[in-house]
Amino acid sequence: MPDLLIELFSEEIPARMQARARTDLQKRVTDGLVEAGLTYAAAKAFSTPRRLTLHVEGLSARSPDLTEERKGPRVDAPEKALEGFLRATGLTKDQLEARDDKKGQVWFAVIDRPGRPAAQIVAEVLEATIRNFPWPKSMRWGAGTLRWVRPLQSILCLLSDEAGCEVVPLDVDGIVAGDATRGHRFMAPDRFSVSSFEDYEAKLKRAHVMIDHEERAAQIWHEATNAAFAQGLEVVEDAGLLAEVAGLVEWPVVLMGPIGEDFLDLPPEVLQTSMKEHQKFFSVRDPKTGKIVRFVTVANRETADNGATILAGNEKVLSARLSDARFFWANDLRVARAGMEDWLDTLSHVTFQRELGSQALRIDRIANLTREIAPMVGADAEMAAQAARVAKADLASEMVYEFPELQGVMGRYYAEAAGLPQAVSEACEMHYKPLGPADALPEHPVSIAVSLADKLDTLAGFWAIDEKPTGSKDPFALRRAALGIIRTVLERKLRVGLEALINRHLLVHVIALNLDTAQERETYFLQEMVDEVARHGVFGAAFHALVDRFRADDTPVPIEEGTWLARLRHQLPEMSGDLLAFFHDRLKVHLKAEGLRHDVIDACLAMPGADDLTLLVKRAEALGAVLNTEDGENLVQGFRRANNILIQAEEADGVEYRFGADPKFAKDPTETALFAALDAADKAIGPALEAEDFSGAMAALAALRAPIDAFFEAVQVNTDNDIVRRNRLNLLHAIRETCLQVADLTRIEG
Amino acid sequence: MDQSKPRSFQEIILRLQNYWALQGCAILQPYDMEVGAGTFHPATTLRSLGSKPWAAAYVQPSRRPTDGRYGENPNRLQHYYQYQVLIKPSPPDLQELYLGSLAAIGIDFDYHDIRFVEDDWESPTLGAWGLGWEVWCDGMEVSQFTYFQQVGGRDCHPVSGELTYGLERLAMYVLGIDHVMDMPFNDPDAPIPLSYGDVFRQTEEEYSRFNFDVADTDKLFDFFAAAEAECARILDHPQDDPKTGKRIIMVHPAYDQCIKASHFFNMLDARGVISVTERQAYIGRVRALARRCADAFVETEAGGRQG
Repeated sequence: MPDLLIELFSEEIPARMQARARTDLQKRVTDGLVEAGLTYAAAKAFSTPRRLTLHVEGLSARSPDLTEERKGPRVDAPEKALEGFLRATGLTKDQLEARDDKKGQVWFAVIDRPGRPAAQIVAEVLEATIRNFPWPKSMRWGAGTLRWVRPLQSILCLLSDEAGCEVVPLDVDGIVAGDATRGHRFMAPDRFSVSSFEDYEAKLKRAHVMIDHEERAAQIWHEATNAAFAQGLEVVEDAGLLAEVAGLVEWPVVLMGPIGEDFLDLPPEVLQTSMKEHQKFFSVRDPKTGKIVRFVTVANRETADNGATILAGNEKVLSARLSDARFFWANDLRVARAGMEDWLDTLSHVTFQRELGSQALRIDRIANLTREIAPMVGADAEMAAQAARVAKADLASEMVYEFPELQGVMGRYYAEAAGLPQAVSEACEMHYKPLGPADALPEHPVSIAVSLADKLDTLAGFWAIDEKPTGSKDPFALRRAALGIIRTVLERKLRVGLEALINRHLLVHVIALNLDTAQERETYFLQEMVDEVARHGVFGAAFHALVDRFRADDTPVPIEEGTWLARLRHQLPEMSGDLLAFFHDRLKVHLKAEGLRHDVIDACLAMPGADDLTLLVKRAEALGAVLNTEDGENLVQGFRRANNILIQAEEADGVEYRFGADPKFAKDPTETALFAALDAADKAIGPALEAEDFSGAMAALAALRAPIDAFFEAVQVNTDNDIVRRNRLNLLHAIRETCLQVADLTRIEG
Repeated sequence: MDQSKPRSFQEIILRLQNYWALQGCAILQPYDMEVGAGTFHPATTLRSLGSKPWAAAYVQPSRRPTDGRYGENPNRLQHYYQYQVLIKPSPPDLQELYLGSLAAIGIDFDYHDIRFVEDDWESPTLGAWGLGWEVWCDGMEVSQFTYFQQVGGRDCHPVSGELTYGLERLAMYVLGIDHVMDMPFNDPDAPIPLSYGDVFRQTEEEYSRFNFDVADTDKLFDFFAAAEAECARILDHPQDDPKTGKRIIMVHPAYDQCIKASHFFNMLDARGVISVTERQAYIGRVRALARRCADAFVETEAGGRQG
């Protein structure tokens, strides 16, 4: 059982591509080997900036001999069919066997496939892997046509066992596989031969190359934290940066250096981002002050002066970079202290999205919507609108131009510099939250108002231009925006009627999108409707109210069939319903993760107020809880039984049994008891729902389980006595009505 | 080769010239037009196209109006020098050759940390891209190293290897200077020693003020449009010259107009009068010119056309 060692030695492989390349190399080679009939015990891939390495242990020395039988055409089939079969099998007619089959004599081909030596298979598989490697970006070099991530310089491909090793014969566009590699580019550049993976790993280590990326990362982290700890400091954790840095060196040497005094008053986020983005430095923090005071850089070699020259060079580069950052910071502070007007002006020339217009227009929309939302979330409307006006101002700042990831963070600093209230500066940062399913939520009511308005504006806007997420494509992160609203509303227990807000804001977008083509009167009508929708909540009512008012004022608007407004009247509710459904879908995904069943949510979605997510979830949670009890589960059975019998009877009789169940026709004590129980339940459920006490309503509902069960146990609904039967069917209807007040139990899956 | 430390900016340039001459490159002179980077020199842009082998090195003064800092920033300049090497096809030992050039200007690999860090190069205005690295010396970017894949929208076959050194930054590092204006331009012991600031501080001020506040944007828009039209007009001429009877495609004169358009665009950008959306449109217009020039060049003898 030989071991296989492959090394693809190239010019520097981008760090960010190495992890994926290791996986791809391992998968493609081992899949290819297995497909060709070889087996192996274990495989592991490694990478450094200059090499991709694969070690396969316990590979079979040969693929097994195989005999393949293939059934051909019938012996009496036309000549053409036989010719095709011979072509496909590569045999001649006299090599075929005629065998008896159910339908007569049939040709059979028996093909012997002798096993092949591993070396031959490895060569084929490796060549195919190299030629078809899925690099995210690959290139040609020199005068050749081979593609690799950067020029491929040599291939090491070795099969080794106790008896010795053999080079796998392989030539890829003139690169001939051998048993040699090189060490560290500067510390041990000479070529040397290896005889096995163990030999390779050991010799490389002597040649100042740590082949294992995980070992390099562990060493970097260990040395960095030790160096920081020795000075009472801590390294800011950054797993992504650690992996990247480990992919940039073959021989990591950790060096820690100071940040110039002049820069220590820059915001820590700026220091951290600048150092990471430009220099791939780790930030080192003083835990007592929270300030970033040092940096850690990882060099790729040891030097006689213990890295002093390297560190001095890095310090110098950092100073230059931070000088730039300080230049931006100073310029930005000047604009901020002057009230940020320059930025707001600039943003009227910056496009947010082609159809949705400039950032300035977007800010206007968000500010107006924020004012609308503020009272619903307990925020001061004026202050919230003010926050919305400045929340995106930093997009025009020099610092955010240089470091887009600092948007919001800088906004907060600049709003503070502008002397704005704390709630406003906080909103500049927090209105972007949450950025992911685990990110923090906005806390202050002003931040919440701006955050909801910002996200709702984006969602309504992209719905209005029909750019919804499809499949895995969601370039504007609309799912994230919807989830952000959902999480904020639920976790802050906000009571917001989404439908009215969606309606209103879709209208705002539609007005803006059609400003050029709509008649002035139409635009005016729609603008009036924005307020009307805020009052009436739904399009239909608002539309009617307005048409009446315009008519009364003797200024009718064109709303006949075929006009733009008439079309809008149909399209907008559709669009709005679609966006609300998108929220509900996201909500289901979110609640599923929290352990709530989707059918439970469906049962509650059908109830009134489903656009009030807090109410919806409260109802769903109460329903979910009661369904987890024995009473609840059985109640649903009872409900289903009542519902089914009723539906069947109504279908069979062609009438509806909806009214007049009367206790005086009750024949059985269980029947009488059920009347009483339903009466009691109704009396309890009504006020409980009124008070949004869903647990109370559900408890009252669950109390029906025993009387319903007893009723079905004792009583035959479809009796011969018509009066009794009709009364009982009407009673079933009463059960259904009582239950459906609380939730649509027909949606519950049994 | 002299491995001692160089003493001045010009000595670094001279050593690079000498080194690449020894490696067999034709040492060319700067192109006599305002360009944003050494890549714009026709010795790179046009010569990277077509099948003919090529090896050239040169200094190219470059202008980036938006980078003007009135001579105050320690390492940002609106006018600076690039050193450019282009070899086609890229030789298999180009990395080694490159490292040799660093050694030639006194960088001792026993004490410095040299790294090749991914940086894919792209010039939307030239319709060009390539894969490669920025080369770091102790964390500082000292060169751009690129294998050209496309130029002027055309695949490069064979592939050229391009090296670009930011000369001021590299020299400041090698000479241990913190502010570019303090860097010795000629030998500090010369009878009349001159610093970089003696040569360029005043011009940095002048151009910064001009580029940011005074350049006439209306005229710049006109110049841009004129260069664009002229480029097309030149290329629209029939290939056969009626006077000499020769086939003469006027690629270089047309390409000069493309360079001009690109520079006017950079000036407009510095004046902040081009919006984000317009920006893409202007870049697209320059790229269209570069494409036409590239298409025309491969029809010429230098572009590898047979007969």
